[in-house]
Amino acid sequence: MKNLSLVAKLDIRESTRSKWFLVYLLIFGGLMALFFITGIADSVVMGFTGLSRLLLIYIQVTIVILPIFILVTTVRSISGDRESAVLEYMLSFPISLRDYYWGKMLGRFVIVFTPVFLALVLGVLYGAFIKGGELPWKMLLVYSALLFSLCAVFLGIAFFISTLVKSHDVAVGVSFVVWITLLAFIDIALIGLMLANRWNDDLIISIALLNPMEVFRVGAISLFDPELTVMGPVAYFLLDTFGHTLFLLYAIMYPILLGFGFAWLGYWFFKRKDLL
Amino acid sequence: MIEIKDALKRFLDVNVLDHVSLRILDGDRIALMGPNGAGKTTLVRSILGFYHLDSGQIMVEGHDPIKKRVEVLEFIGFIPQMPPPIRLSIKELMEYVSKSSHIDPENIEEEAEAMDLAIADHLNKPFFKLSGGMKQKLLIAIALAKEAKTLIFDEPTANLDPKARERFYERLQKLPEGITTLFITHRIEEVEGLINRKIYMDLGKVVEDERI
Repeated sequence: MKNLSLVAKLDIRESTRSKWFLVYLLIFGGLMALFFITGIADSVVMGFTGLSRLLLIYIQVTIVILPIFILVTTVRSISGDRESAVLEYMLSFPISLRDYYWGKMLGRFVIVFTPVFLALVLGVLYGAFIKGGELPWKMLLVYSALLFSLCAVFLGIAFFISTLVKSHDVAVGVSFVVWITLLAFIDIALIGLMLANRWNDDLIISIALLNPMEVFRVGAISLFDPELTVMGPVAYFLLDTFGHTLFLLYAIMYPILLGFGFAWLGYWFFKRKDLL
Repeated sequence: MIEIKDALKRFLDVNVLDHVSLRILDGDRIALMGPNGAGKTTLVRSILGFYHLDSGQIMVEGHDPIKKRVEVLEFIGFIPQMPPPIRLSIKELMEYVSKSSHIDPENIEEEAEAMDLAIADHLNKPFFKLSGGMKQKLLIAIALAKEAKTLIFDEPTANLDPKARERFYERLQKLPEGITTLFITHRIEEVEGLINRKIYMDLGKVVEDERI
């Protein structure tokens, strides 16, 4: 445990000095600032007002940017370390693979989660104190949990890719494929299947709910629109099957478990395959 | 003692280690030589537990490097051929090695001073921003400060100027008798006074093993 926290601490320190972290920080902090400047927090559209509108847009941005940032920077860092022999040197010291792997994962988690969480807190505080209104504690808490689980699942996938694929370029390529598949292709493919083969729509929705990005999107929207009216008929299936609270629980727990599953599988390969 | 029994390691159907057997005794000072692709680095990486053998066995002080990597790596100090571009600062790197290997940071500073490297002036500098020679001196200082029973050097003087090279060899001559050293080298004349055994590898096999 002592070495695990040592690896995590040093990874955090190293990452905070890196250029990718600065860009990451600027993107999320900058976007939030941009939302304030452009007056998104003041606008009223489709019944969503002020803070809700701001957070809803933040969700859309997070869904697109966060996964690809986590995937690419993580696989670049780990497979880059392998290719440049940094991993060889660091692992020539008596440190267990368990401490090294999970320490890196913990450090990386803190680094990817903190900026998005802080940007969210900034947005909420701005909305509540500058624009006036009540601080939406429940929304902040649940949305933070959703962000936590989105970070966890993509970090788990990134670590899995990094341990399985040795080449740096291939690892980055695989990350892009995973991201674009989860972001767009699955929905298009499922709609195609439904139209061409007349598959049962309940089955299609169930498959869609295996996609952690979809789960995050629906979970986050349900915070502002508990009846899921913007989603149309899909809402009936979700609310009839799960109910709002159970669905939120699923939206938080499923990506965390999936991320842990991938991370554990990555660890399994890390231990059982050649390290270099 | 390091015991290698019938070690076989294959990469893409090529036997990179082809049934290698070796016994490295305490106090052995070895020059491991051979052309590129002979299997020297693979052998060292297998001793360090980076590679899983396809068959055969390696035991370091009675421990399997894969199953007991922490115990094995406590016995070994390693210096790579090219200093890797570690992004940690010198201070952080020293924290990593001193906490993971129970090294007193003062020992590292002393060993670095013996190599004409004043660490104190560079503590907050990222390791990769040091010059090639400074990086190599620091890695040598860390390996020596570890006071490991076995020291493995992969062409350790490639980045050193003649004066630093001389200092390094002088320091090695002061190592206690029971310490084992293993140099991967292409220039036998450089380590001639420091070795008592020559091992020559080619195409994954040990083709010559001579005690001097």
